[in-house]
Amino acid sequence: MELIWNSLPYLLLGAVETLKITVFAVSLGTVLGLIVGLGRISDQKIIRLLAACYVDFLRGTPLLVQVFIVYFGFPQLLEQLGSPITHIPPFMAALIAFSLNSGAYVAEIFRAGIQSIHRGQMEAARSLGMTKAQAMRYVILPQAFRRVIPPLGNEFIALLKDTSLLSVIGIVELTRRGQIIIASTFRPFEIWFTVAFIYLLLTFSISRLVAFLERRLDIK
Amino acid sequence: MMVRVRGLKKRFGRLEVLRGIDCDIAPGEVVVIIGPSGSGKSTFLRCLNLLEEPTEGSIFIDGVDLTDPSTNINQVRQKVGMVFQSFNLFPHKTVLENITLAPVVVKKINKTEAEARAYELLKKVGLEDKAGVYPDQLSGGQQQRVAIARALAMQPKVMLFDEPTSALDPEMVGEVLGVMRDLAKEGMTMVVVTHEMGFAREVGHRVMFMDEGKIIEEGPPGKIFNCPENPRTKAFLSKIL
Ligand SMILES: Nc1ncnc2c1ncn2[C@@H]1O[C@H](COP(=O)(O)OP(=O)(O)OP(=O)(O)O)[C@@H](O)[C@H]1O
Ligand SMILES: [Mg+2]
Repeated sequence: MELIWNSLPYLLLGAVETLKITVFAVSLGTVLGLIVGLGRISDQKIIRLLAACYVDFLRGTPLLVQVFIVYFGFPQLLEQLGSPITHIPPFMAALIAFSLNSGAYVAEIFRAGIQSIHRGQMEAARSLGMTKAQAMRYVILPQAFRRVIPPLGNEFIALLKDTSLLSVIGIVELTRRGQIIIASTFRPFEIWFTVAFIYLLLTFSISRLVAFLERRLDIK
Repeated sequence: MMVRVRGLKKRFGRLEVLRGIDCDIAPGEVVVIIGPSGSGKSTFLRCLNLLEEPTEGSIFIDGVDLTDPSTNINQVRQKVGMVFQSFNLFPHKTVLENITLAPVVVKKINKTEAEARAYELLKKVGLEDKAGVYPDQLSGGQQQRVAIARALAMQPKVMLFDEPTSALDPEMVGEVLGVMRDLAKEGMTMVVVTHEMGFAREVGHRVMFMDEGKIIEEGPPGKIFNCPENPRTKAFLSKIL
C-alpha cells in the first residue's frame, strides 16, 4: 500500500502526459476528420478517392507501425531530401501519428453522422435557395454534430488507451512510468494495477463528460 | 407564362419516369396534378426546382431557362417555393429560425427585418404564438403550416406542393388546405400534387391527370371530375372518388 501511495505522484505526472497527448491529438484529429469526412462525400470524384485512400491506409495499418513511420521513417526521408531538420522530437512524432490516425476514424464518424441526416433536410435547404455549402453549414452539420458526440467520445477513449504504445519511442507517459518504477521496485502486480486503475479513472471521466455533453445538447 | 415546360423527360438509369411533358402555367394559376402512384408526379414537381435534373427538354420559370448551364440554380430556387409531404422542417431550429434562416443566409436580409416578416407570415398561417417553439413540439398540421411560411419567406413566385396533407391525421388536413386556399386567393401561382379532390374542385383552376410519365388529360376541375374523356382518367377517378 505504501509502495502504491509513494509511486502515485510519479505515475500521475505520466497520466498528465497521457492526457496532454490525447487531448491534442483528438482536437487535431477532429478538425482533420471533419475535413476528410466531408471529402468522403464530396461531389468531386478525385477528392472522394483521395479521402478514401487516406482513411483506408490509416485504418488498415497498425498504429504502432504508423508511429514508427513518423518517428523513424520521416527523419530518414527528410535527410535524403536534404532538409536541415532531420530529427522529429518524440512528442511531435506522437502527435503527428495519433492525429493522422484519429483523423481517419473521425472522418468515418462524421461521414456516417452526415449521411444519417434525412435527405429531406438537404432538399428543403436547397429548395430555399441555399448552396450546398450553406446547407451543410447551417442545416446538416449542426444536426450531425449532435449525433457524432457518442462515437467521438469512444474514439477519444480508444485514443487515450492507445497512447500506452508511445513508451516505445521514449515518451514518458503513464505506462512508461509504470515500467520505470517496476524496474527498481520489482513489484509488477501492484504497480500495473495502479496504472490500470488510473487509466480507468481517465476513461471513465471522459465517458461521463460525453454523456453530460449529450444531455446538454439534447435539450437544445 | 410563369412556368413553361417543353419536352421534359427524366430517366433514372434505364427507367424513364417522365416521358415528354409540355405545359404552360399562367401567373396566378392553381394547377392540381393527380395520378396513380409511380406516375411521376413528384419527379415532375422536383424537376421544376431542379431537385431532379431533367434528362431532356426545357423548363422556363418566369422567363429563366433552368436547363441552361449558365443559369444560377440557387437564384432560381429562391423564386420557387416547395412544400414537402414530410414537412422537412429543421429540427434544431425554432419555428422563427426555420423561417428566417434562408432569408438571412441566402438573401442577406438583416435579422430584425427577417424576423418582422416571419411574424407576419406566422400570423398568416395562424401560428404567431409558436415562434419560439421547436418543430417536434408541434402537431403535423402546425408543422406543415410552418413549412409553408418558411417557403413564403423567400417571396417565391411559384409554390410547389407535393402531397402536403398526405402525412397528416385527417383532422389536421383542413387547416393546411385552408392556408393554401388563402394563398391561391392572393394570386400565388401554385402547382399542387394532392389526393384532396375537394380542394382540387374548389381551388384548382386546372387539373392535370398524369399516368406513366405523361399528362394524359387536363382541363377545368368540373370537366375532369364530371366527364373525363380518357379511359385511364375514368378508371383512376372511379377508384378514388
Ligand atoms: N431517385 C430515384 N431513383 C430511381 N428511381 C426513382 C427515383 N425517384 C423516383 N423514382 C421512380 O420514378 C417513378 C416515379 O416516381 P414519383 O415519385 O415521381 O411518382 P409519384 O407519381 O410521385 O408517386 P406517389 O403518388 O407514390 O408519390 C417511380 O417508379 C419511382 O420508383
Ligand atoms: Mg409522389
